[in-house]
Amino acid sequence: MSAIQHLPFEQPVTDLDRQIEQLEQSPTAEALREELDQLRRSRDALLARLYTGLTPWDVVRVARHPGRPQTADYVRLMCRDFRELHGDRHFGDDPAILCGFARIGPHKVMLIGHRKGTTTAEKIACHFGCAHPEGYRKALLKMRLAEKFGLPIVTLIDTPGAYPGLKAEERGQAEAIALNLREMSRLRVPVVSCVIGEGGSGGALGIGVGDRVAMLSNAWYSVISPEGCAAILWKEANDRTNAQAAASLSLTAGDNLRHGLIDAVIEEPVGGAHRHPEETAARLQHWLVEQLSDLKRHPPQTLVRLRYDKYRRIGAFGTG
Amino acid sequence: MTTDVTTEKNLARTWADVPEIAARHRRAIPEGLWIQCPSCAASLFRRATENNLWVCPECDHHFRLSAAQRVRQLVDPGSFEEIDEAITPADPLTFTDLKPYQQRLEAARRATGRRDAIISGVGFVKGRRAVLAVMDFTFLGGSMGSVVGEKITRAVELAEAKNLPLIIVSASGGARMMESGYSLMQMAKTAAALARFDDAGGLYISVLTDPTTGGVTASFAMLGDVILAEKNALIGFAGPRVIAQTIRQALPAGFQRAEFLRDTGFVDRVVHRRDLRSEIGSIIDYAGR
Ligand SMILES: [Zn+2]
Repeated sequence: MSAIQHLPFEQPVTDLDRQIEQLEQSPTAEALREELDQLRRSRDALLARLYTGLTPWDVVRVARHPGRPQTADYVRLMCRDFRELHGDRHFGDDPAILCGFARIGPHKVMLIGHRKGTTTAEKIACHFGCAHPEGYRKALLKMRLAEKFGLPIVTLIDTPGAYPGLKAEERGQAEAIALNLREMSRLRVPVVSCVIGEGGSGGALGIGVGDRVAMLSNAWYSVISPEGCAAILWKEANDRTNAQAAASLSLTAGDNLRHGLIDAVIEEPVGGAHRHPEETAARLQHWLVEQLSDLKRHPPQTLVRLRYDKYRRIGAFGTG
Repeated sequence: MTTDVTTEKNLARTWADVPEIAARHRRAIPEGLWIQCPSCAASLFRRATENNLWVCPECDHHFRLSAAQRVRQLVDPGSFEEIDEAITPADPLTFTDLKPYQQRLEAARRATGRRDAIISGVGFVKGRRAVLAVMDFTFLGGSMGSVVGEKITRAVELAEAKNLPLIIVSASGGARMMESGYSLMQMAKTAAALARFDDAGGLYISVLTDPTTGGVTASFAMLGDVILAEKNALIGFAGPRVIAQTIRQALPAGFQRAEFLRDTGFVDRVVHRRDLRSEIGSIIDYAGR
């Protein structure tokens, strides 16, 4: 069985991947290096072609690829001396949001990110990356801690949305997100965010109000998931309507950048982050370090004012 | 509060005759001389129900109001001056589902006589001057796109500049899908404006009415210094149907109703519609400047 899980549009590279894997594992791999390189080049060329023609719905599937690196992977690949900080000091510790002190390049930061989990048990505990109110409250508590000690904040967004459940409502899901939006807008330290996978609505924005917001090139970010949108506006979510909804929602990184809703797109290596976690982490790290170094120049009141101005400008309307 | 009821009834009659508002008045409520209460099924005489602030005299069911009806009920007669009327929706994504967004906007415009799902302005509530923003559920489900976000933000900024209390009456199904990321970012924009207003020491009274859900609840609606909710209003983040699907079981009675939010600690007071004006007046006396 192949180690790589292929998405439907990746079918054309399945054969090449299998051949490459077989050769890599064969005892004569060393002798076959030239042939192996040739195969890899063909595979990469084919992948490059497939990935330039992705539909928005394909992008959503890449963003959800089971092998796609998650917050915990970027912590491992990008951060030194990570010290996880648990709990909201009121209700509990939501594993769907990971927080902690971290060093990224020359910067000491507070890192906050959604956690989807990799094993079945983890995924269930994290509700597949859908946080409860205590997750958003934990994030805010740790952001305030960072603010107190002048540490910039880095958030990694990867959620289908905030958890839509009975307990989440009882514990004030809406209030928790609303409060984060208000408080993040006036944090007196730099806030830098990146959508690394899924940017599902208020659950994503709840840790995503930043001075600089980027998306990885195969991430999606929108007011609602394509399935949710299709179910409401097309009255039925199926492969066809999901694809239509994904296209209509302008949810790709390029779309969001074009409309001025994010500040940058971080290009993933050919074939997506799931094929190249290390290289993707290096690129993300490079962008984060650059932004943090730049933002550190501003005094706190300037940071807050610039952040306000940035969100204040967003809107498309007529005046007559 | 008996005196209030009498006053409200009289005022309701008076406001119905204010021509500039009456001209824009479209109904969230079915036409006809007689209407049926959706809650207790009683047959109600329209005029009597209207004079009762659109509350069923039999069971206290609060009918949903259009923004114009709400403004008429809330402010002192003749005291309301609308602002930012000229702000109109655009279609930045040229969004199409089964119908183009432009068509949906046009239909909503024709049905409601409004340009978008909100009225904002300055008026007096029981003699206290305030900035008001009132959402209109009859316009595309009270959804928040760029126009709602911008008008809320401008209302907050005006309240700050004029040193006035701010009252926002929410009635919304959430963010407007047809403006996707633009709608989402209105949540951040309105919340950021409220942070500034809060820093300036402004008083914000949030009034939650049936229904208030999604991105509106998860932004400005839940950020009031004082949060009032009309009796039995549906208030939540996720819609009840989505939750029922997630947990695969029926929801308990009263779930996500105003009283439930009060009991779980997220709403300060549940208010009967006839008391709303006096509640607001009293809060402004305690906390306003
Ligand atoms: Zn009734």
